[in-house]
Amino acid sequence: MMNESQRKAIRVDLQLIADMIDPGTRVLDIGCGDGSLLDYLSNFKQVDGRGIELSSEGVNACVAAGLSVIQGDADTDLKDYPDNAFDFVILSQTLQAMYAPKVVLEQLLRIGRRAIISFPNFAHWRYRLYLLLNGRMPVNEHLPFEWYDTPNIHFCTIKDFVILCREMDIHIERSRSLNHDGTSRRISASLFAANLFGEQAVFLLKK
Amino acid sequence: MEKRTVQSVTNPGLPGHQVQLGADQPLRLDCGVELSDFTVAYQTYGTLNADKSNAIMICHALTGDQFVAEPHPLTGKDGWWDLMVGPGKTLDTNRYFIICSNILGGCMGTIGPKEINPATGKPWNLDFPVITMADIVRAQAMLLDHLGIDKLFAVIGGSIGGMQVLEWASMYPERLFAAVPIATAAHHSAQNIAFHEVGRQAIIADPDWQGGDYLSQGVRPHRGLAVARMTAHITYLSEQALAEKFGRQLQDRDAITYGFDADFQVESYLRHQGSTFVDRFDANSYLYITRATDYFDLAGKHGGVLANAFKDTPVRFCVISFTSDWLYPTQESREIVHALNAVAANVSFAEIVSDKGHDSFLLDEPEFNRVLGGFLKGAAEHGGLSW
Repeated sequence: MMNESQRKAIRVDLQLIADMIDPGTRVLDIGCGDGSLLDYLSNFKQVDGRGIELSSEGVNACVAAGLSVIQGDADTDLKDYPDNAFDFVILSQTLQAMYAPKVVLEQLLRIGRRAIISFPNFAHWRYRLYLLLNGRMPVNEHLPFEWYDTPNIHFCTIKDFVILCREMDIHIERSRSLNHDGTSRRISASLFAANLFGEQAVFLLKK
Repeated sequence: MEKRTVQSVTNPGLPGHQVQLGADQPLRLDCGVELSDFTVAYQTYGTLNADKSNAIMICHALTGDQFVAEPHPLTGKDGWWDLMVGPGKTLDTNRYFIICSNILGGCMGTIGPKEINPATGKPWNLDFPVITMADIVRAQAMLLDHLGIDKLFAVIGGSIGGMQVLEWASMYPERLFAAVPIATAAHHSAQNIAFHEVGRQAIIADPDWQGGDYLSQGVRPHRGLAVARMTAHITYLSEQALAEKFGRQLQDRDAITYGFDADFQVESYLRHQGSTFVDRFDANSYLYITRATDYFDLAGKHGGVLANAFKDTPVRFCVISFTSDWLYPTQESREIVHALNAVAANVSFAEIVSDKGHDSFLLDEPEFNRVLGGFLKGAAEHGGLSW
């Protein structure tokens, strides 16, 4: 297991997610990576946490750390879970890599009473500027892949996501955008500022 | 319960524990026959703690037995899970109390076709009732009663040991905290039944099988049993492992001999596997245990829906498969995981990368050990087990 100092050092975006989760609840973290968020939630929020992870390295690390994680794929493995099996279902930094993001979103809100989604905002001014000046698909430290080998096949913007939620009758309970300097702010109704300056976004959704 | 050993009668000289079970309350088998006053042979390693919360039941595979972590009394070889079980090892005997019993129908001390039928004074042979995985597990639960242990910390097993783990979780969910089915499936596939049938027919076709009555005739169907073992052994390996280990290399010769001697190393290896196996295993036991495996279909017992076998289960699961296992491929483990997800069970699932085939779970696979060890440590923390 991780030690205390490591635990406190979870990424800022993960901390934003953790802050939305009530203690003692049932949580499913989809695309849980090395399990750092699950580990944090288990220890600081006493959640009953489960995870799904695609990479066997991530899965093995998680299980070896005592976390309940299965090797699986959100595109195919969510349909088995019963309705409302979890209080919170988390999809962090993974939506853009889904084959069918809309279907996945429906599944999240079927198996969870609430869903927490985080994703990189493709309308951030740096991406807009990169595209405008270079005429090429943006590559940076957050999105290090070339267009031809990226797992991120369904990028969207904060505005796109809000519109999709509206179309799907999904209620946005809370939303925050994360800026380049690590500060976060509530996403306002106009969306303009968040969509331009938010590098990442975190949404708390309910059916 | 009255304890009495029957070493002097059925198993003279067999080391380890033997107990008579079912004298008061017989074991009712799936086939309808009742077994009363039958022997179960078992071994334990480590020490049971004061509140009896640190017991792990290991379920052995088709040709395994209770000698998990000590030299085998017949072969002198290391125990079949010596790499896994012992002080400081993944199944740490300084922490856990490990129990492994020879399964029902086996031939290492527990009642099986080669033991004496009290009604006739002769070996049971084919009069022995056909048993199932559930029967095997019922007998293990009776052993647990005898040992005075209400709840196991974990039940762990690979291959058909994994099937027993699944039966444990399904039949006695309140009697185990964690379940670790390894390299297994919730039912035996058509291909696997087919391989078993080849093995059984090889035994039955051996004239020395004598309609199953070879013990009375003073012979053994060694050739048939050896062929059964050779066939089965291929399914435990992988093509890659065979290619790497043997390729087309010749055995102690420079050229092919234009005959049917073991020209190739792989032939020699298989013949050796077959010939050493017959010294320690009973042919009728092989028939009964392979049959029990063929009959195993956990979903079939639950209206065709595997998830129903685990409804509301409180058990913490860790399902493990190996990439090169084609006997119980990962997809079959995934079906177990999906069924567990369907009841929102607490489940971990890891597929371990290995080129060693089905036998990987018996071999030195550090990643497998790391995952299993980590799962048990996490389970111990959640289960309030501490040292």
